[in-house]
Amino acid sequence: MGKLRTLTRRTFLIGSAAIAGGVAFGTYLVKRSIPNPLLDDLQDGEAAITPYIKIAPDGITLITPRADMGQGAYSIQALLIAEELDIDPATTTITPGAPDPAYYNAAVLAEGVPFPAYDRSTMAETARAFMSIPAKLFEVQITGGSSTVPDSYDKLRTAGAVARETLKEAAARKLGVARADVSTKNGQVVLPDGTVIPYTDLAADAAQLDPVTEVELKPATTWTRLGKPQQRLDMVAKCTGTETYGIDLNVEGMVYATVRANPGIGGGIARLNSDAARTTAGVQQVLPITSAVAVISDNTWSAFQGANALDITWGPAPFPENSDRMFEALEAALGDDDAFDHRQRDDGNIDAALEQGAEIDVTYRVPYLPHAPMEPMNALVHLTKDACDIWVGTQIPLFIRKKAASMTGLDEEQVHVHVQPMGGSFGHRLEMTHVEQAIEIAIEMRGTPVKLVWSREEDMTHDYPRPAAVARGRGRTDLGHVISMDLSVAQSAMTPSWMHRLTGMTLPGPDATITTGSWDQPFAIPNYRITGYRAPDMVPISSWRSVGASSNGFFHDCLLDELIHAAGADPLAERTRLCMDDTSRKVLEAVGDMCGWDGPDLGYNHGRGVGFCMSFGVPCAQVVDVTQTEEGIRLDRVYVAVDVGDVLDPVNLEAQITGSVLFGLGHAMNCELTYADHAPEQDNFYANTGLRLYQVPEVKVKALTNGTRIRGIGEPGVPPAAPALANAIFAATGQRIRELPLNRHIDFV
Amino acid sequence: MGGNVDYLRYKTKTERPAMQASFTVNGRPQQVDVPEDMPLLWVLRDILGMTGTKYGCGIAQCGACTVHLNGEAVRSCQVGAYDLEGAEITTIEGLGTPDAPHPVQEAWIEMQVAQCGYCQSGQIMQAAALLKDIPVPTDAEIDDAMSGNLCRCASYPRIRAAIHLATTKIGGR
Repeated sequence: MGKLRTLTRRTFLIGSAAIAGGVAFGTYLVKRSIPNPLLDDLQDGEAAITPYIKIAPDGITLITPRADMGQGAYSIQALLIAEELDIDPATTTITPGAPDPAYYNAAVLAEGVPFPAYDRSTMAETARAFMSIPAKLFEVQITGGSSTVPDSYDKLRTAGAVARETLKEAAARKLGVARADVSTKNGQVVLPDGTVIPYTDLAADAAQLDPVTEVELKPATTWTRLGKPQQRLDMVAKCTGTETYGIDLNVEGMVYATVRANPGIGGGIARLNSDAARTTAGVQQVLPITSAVAVISDNTWSAFQGANALDITWGPAPFPENSDRMFEALEAALGDDDAFDHRQRDDGNIDAALEQGAEIDVTYRVPYLPHAPMEPMNALVHLTKDACDIWVGTQIPLFIRKKAASMTGLDEEQVHVHVQPMGGSFGHRLEMTHVEQAIEIAIEMRGTPVKLVWSREEDMTHDYPRPAAVARGRGRTDLGHVISMDLSVAQSAMTPSWMHRLTGMTLPGPDATITTGSWDQPFAIPNYRITGYRAPDMVPISSWRSVGASSNGFFHDCLLDELIHAAGADPLAERTRLCMDDTSRKVLEAVGDMCGWDGPDLGYNHGRGVGFCMSFGVPCAQVVDVTQTEEGIRLDRVYVAVDVGDVLDPVNLEAQITGSVLFGLGHAMNCELTYADHAPEQDNFYANTGLRLYQVPEVKVKALTNGTRIRGIGEPGVPPAAPALANAIFAATGQRIRELPLNRHIDFV
Repeated sequence: MGGNVDYLRYKTKTERPAMQASFTVNGRPQQVDVPEDMPLLWVLRDILGMTGTKYGCGIAQCGACTVHLNGEAVRSCQVGAYDLEGAEITTIEGLGTPDAPHPVQEAWIEMQVAQCGYCQSGQIMQAAALLKDIPVPTDAEIDDAMSGNLCRCASYPRIRAAIHLATTKIGGR
């Protein structure tokens, strides 16, 4: 044994010295393979067996291409690779890597098909599988749609397994034994005699091999890391002030910039006087750019001061002047044949069912909502003669790369996007206006690195909010049951608004987000119709955590609750009876068990409401308990049951569900963006805070695993929160609130 | 226009003279030459290059920039350079380090509090100040002390739990 060890160590050391560098590993189970981007920059002796793993003599790098905005994507991607590679992820270097078509997101479009998530028919599954083809062809490297885990689950585990088997093959060949005779143990190949060889010592040999692609994934029962409570890999840095976000970057020779743009987005600048800004201490220059004025300075604060000193008269915004006019436009579209967009649910005969009149006929509305992540938008751009480096926390690195190339005249290969950890996003970082502004400044100051930071005021007033929407709900009951439900929703089209900003292209066809979260719910109501109406484009709008379901979850579940009460039925029992999807029904039953739904009445001034929404394929049921006090409504407890197919990290799952439920509750209670004189009226955290600690109720979470497919968990907790709370307030007070935020109608403690 | 009106509220002319201030940050003497109304937040981040303290709102509404000034938790966006002469500042970098975390940081890590993490420097500084004043706070006292610190990811239940855990860690030392 001693002799063998000496021999192998020496052999490997010589090999390493001779090539002095590292192997990259990743597999895609696709028919046309995309070049492995890690191979381009590989040093001698490095192996990139797949695009997700690079093995060098001095260490192992895991590539986690989905961006981390707080949801834990960074850790979970590393964990998926590490489980199969058999290595402690804390001993590796983890990087999002350079944006590359190889990292296309096959799952992000999968739920855009016209089949509800609970439909697992061949046709629905075929359609979903087909959606990975446009995702690949259009190079959709996006983080969003709670798609990181669904997209990565097989891809990254397979990458880990391919790398592991290739390393075993390298060791086996070296020693003239069969691959089946060697095993692995925490970053090392274990030889038949017990000798171990670190993966890093095998880099050079693995680099010479074709990857072993016939691999079997470990069954979940043998997982050693996945499924167990994890410590997030970014936790220590985030708790010691040592995590570096985009806004924290500082490079040699950098200037600090901010901008002031028309809060009536698209309105431009009518008149500018920058005299006072130019003489502000520290200000180097004032630079008019497209639709904005940039102030370049010695430090961020001075740039902000300079921007405050700008005297600007804005041009007229291309949207209605105030919130009243906007809601009038939404209401005008609702039910208007000319504004009809799509109808993906039309069961039974709703017209006949409502011929004798509707028992319930009500309207709902939800406001524009800013994303307002804690870290304001920022970007650092360094443009030289033949390269453009962009450091930015973003969900859309490839869109940014394309845009930067077209703005600077460089080739896409000359544009390097370095994705940074994000201080939140909630969808805001699916936008890139701030990056375009930074590039524009950098073009004017070629050679000088420019860090652009938006003030909070700039951030909240240029947020591309969640669309406002209105809905009309009608229905009838019979013999104690809900038998007819008709929901119409009107909003401006979000997807074309967003895609136009990203690509300049106009998207034809209907906009599914108008009814996402309502048409696709797993209920069997005999006469059941959901219709989307498209209001004119007004304020430019974007995706907000849980997207269409953020408003449709409220409309659909509140209407269902009203009908159930009209029927005199039990809110939970009737939802369960109407539910036609086993996984969803079990979630409803679980939340009932958790809260003791069938137990004793909570008593006078107390109320309990249930809310349900299936979004991103995840059924989530919530029960909210409230108390009516003399000062207002107090949130007491929230029970949450959810089914994600499989739990990869129970600690992060609990954090994401709890956080998203509280996020949903807080926005339902006190957040809105209103408009006056063509501009948002709220511009800082004196508004739009969501919950503060003193308002936070106890939250209990239960994750079920009956679903047949693994799902993402960053968003599905949001949609049921608002209706569960509104329904609880009704139970406690008898007051039906059909408009968000709820504090327009009732006080909260 | 509405947007303009809102901006005017924060519009301040910066004609204050530059000044020199000497103070300590995490025990180390510092001297800066800055406009006298430049907030400590930006002195730390852009002049001294200490970026653990975060900018969130600039108007004392979010608490992301919380540091200790002479032992008390303050919003560093509201402390002007003119208040710094002779001051002792502690930032998140001085409270503890990845290798030697403060008990509050230990508790935060053990409870896996952070999601995006951007607000947590401020949360931790606020919590450390609370526990110095009240070694074993009640939930109500925690609510009082911590409600000025926003967490948009809503990591709040774990913040509460971590503060309770930290009391046992501090008590045990």
